[in-house]
Amino acid sequence: MSQNTAILTTRPNLTRPRGLAKVFYDVKKSLTTPTTYLVFAGIFLWLFTWWLLCEGLKVDRFDKLPGPITVAKEFFSVQPFQGISLFTDIYYEHIWVSCRRVAIAFGVATGIGVPLGLFMGWSKRFRDYSFPILETLRPIPILAWVPLAILMFPGFEAPVIFLATLASLFVTTLNTMLGVDSIDDAYFRAAGCLGSSNWDIFKNVVVPGALPFIFTGLQISIGVAWFSLVAAEMVSGDLGLGYLIVDAYVNSVTVPMVIGMITLGFVGWVTSVMVRMLGNWLMQWHVRALALQGR
Amino acid sequence: MAQDTLDASVKATDPTAGKSKVELRNVSKSYGDEWEQERVIDRLNVEIKPGELTVIVGPSGCGKSTLVNLIAGFDFPDSGEILLDDKPVTGPARDRMVVFQETALIPWQTTYQNIVFGPKLRGDLRGKALQQEADRLLAKVGLSEFKHKYPLQLSGGMQRRAELARALINNPRIMIMDEPFRGLDAMSRGLMQEFFLRLFEENRRTNLFVTSEIDEAIFLADRIVVLSNRPAQVRTVIEVNLPRPRDYKMLSSPEAYAIKREAMGILHEEAMKSFKSGSGADFAEAYGKGGGGGH
Repeated sequence: MSQNTAILTTRPNLTRPRGLAKVFYDVKKSLTTPTTYLVFAGIFLWLFTWWLLCEGLKVDRFDKLPGPITVAKEFFSVQPFQGISLFTDIYYEHIWVSCRRVAIAFGVATGIGVPLGLFMGWSKRFRDYSFPILETLRPIPILAWVPLAILMFPGFEAPVIFLATLASLFVTTLNTMLGVDSIDDAYFRAAGCLGSSNWDIFKNVVVPGALPFIFTGLQISIGVAWFSLVAAEMVSGDLGLGYLIVDAYVNSVTVPMVIGMITLGFVGWVTSVMVRMLGNWLMQWHVRALALQGR
Repeated sequence: MAQDTLDASVKATDPTAGKSKVELRNVSKSYGDEWEQERVIDRLNVEIKPGELTVIVGPSGCGKSTLVNLIAGFDFPDSGEILLDDKPVTGPARDRMVVFQETALIPWQTTYQNIVFGPKLRGDLRGKALQQEADRLLAKVGLSEFKHKYPLQLSGGMQRRAELARALINNPRIMIMDEPFRGLDAMSRGLMQEFFLRLFEENRRTNLFVTSEIDEAIFLADRIVVLSNRPAQVRTVIEVNLPRPRDYKMLSSPEAYAIKREAMGILHEEAMKSFKSGSGADFAEAYGKGGGGGH
């Protein structure tokens, strides 16, 4: 017993920093590792290459694209020449419309995909019914669904959301099912020994055991939702970041195109981080185990 | 609530608990398909006497784990009977607790949650009574300070002790230990053996302990059942009459040494057969005479 106390050292006179103090602590700490500097160096190098190609050296064919300085000037201008900047309402409307569509699509896909995948992983019989259909539909590229979606649903909104939902549903379902498959048999046996009913096993073993895979799936699925949404908005849409890009292309204005792309990248990254944070919060056991391994 | 705690304490002091016996009569088990069958266990007769610690040793791959699965009720014999207190085994239940080879603690539950998992699901021990019992067992296995840690945050030895506590709280009629200390380093293994022995000697719960280590078998056992190479049959039963409580020094006594020589001789013979059946070659032919002088 006495050797245990030595393993777990707590310092009662030192309190863990919270709130703003924690932010300061984290920033200070991050400046002591090379990671932060490498991140900024990477971004700078990328911007510099872009500038060099389009504005510095004006390489053939690249000279027609807007360089980082042109884009930045337009982006921060109160009265943008090509119609889109941080100070125009329409910019936020495009973002809002796309985000709302992704949120609905991702929500519906998760709401259907996770339970579907859990049951497919858990019940052999249910998997026999459903898996072949899933595997046949899954490889069909989302763009191939566009005509059907337009025929099936009225207006702009419904077909676009349908397409994004479909794409992310397949990813979520498959990953969830694989997550159930990945659970070690020993846990089922242990639960069986302890006298668990099927429902207890489902709640306490199947669902939490599949969570790491589910969240890997959700991170991929929100990315897939974004890209199929944009593809759909390009084909059929009235608003949204995908529409913004294709509309700019049609009207031969290049800067809004680039602004749309950068915005997509940024918003997509933020949503992905949000999914990851939710996953880490739900899977403390997983996070702490990884932390112990120094990750 | 008062009624609950009363019921719980009555169950916990059930005098017949842990004094059960298991009999295997002519048990056979094969694996394979219609065209090729491999017999893993062949007309096996073993008796696990009440209040005794029966150790099963055998060459690796001889069917020890299959035997555990049959007694635990995870799998069923092709022919023959497995009787727990004269009643046939019909499936896994809390009266036969298995401590598995690699840890089967549920990684998304803390040590405490793992320990209370069984009683909580069945609802036979609740509230304060459950908490007290869990804390008592945690203290007993030296993990009080680690009750809110996840299994992956514990060392190998701690995990095994947590698993022992999780089994013991269910007050099983028989404990089945399937090479429970495999994978631990020599030092932790020695400590765990002594710890386990103390637990056993305290209340003499009927115990089946499977191992491939002869020293471990002699140190722990009342009786050692030596199994043959696949298909598993009983080669011999050795009574270990070393006095209890035991300590490590007894392993170097002449009695222990005699038992070791006897068991080693048989195991070596069986290992040779296993080598021959596996490679189709005789060990002596393959490596030259005297090449097998490891013993």
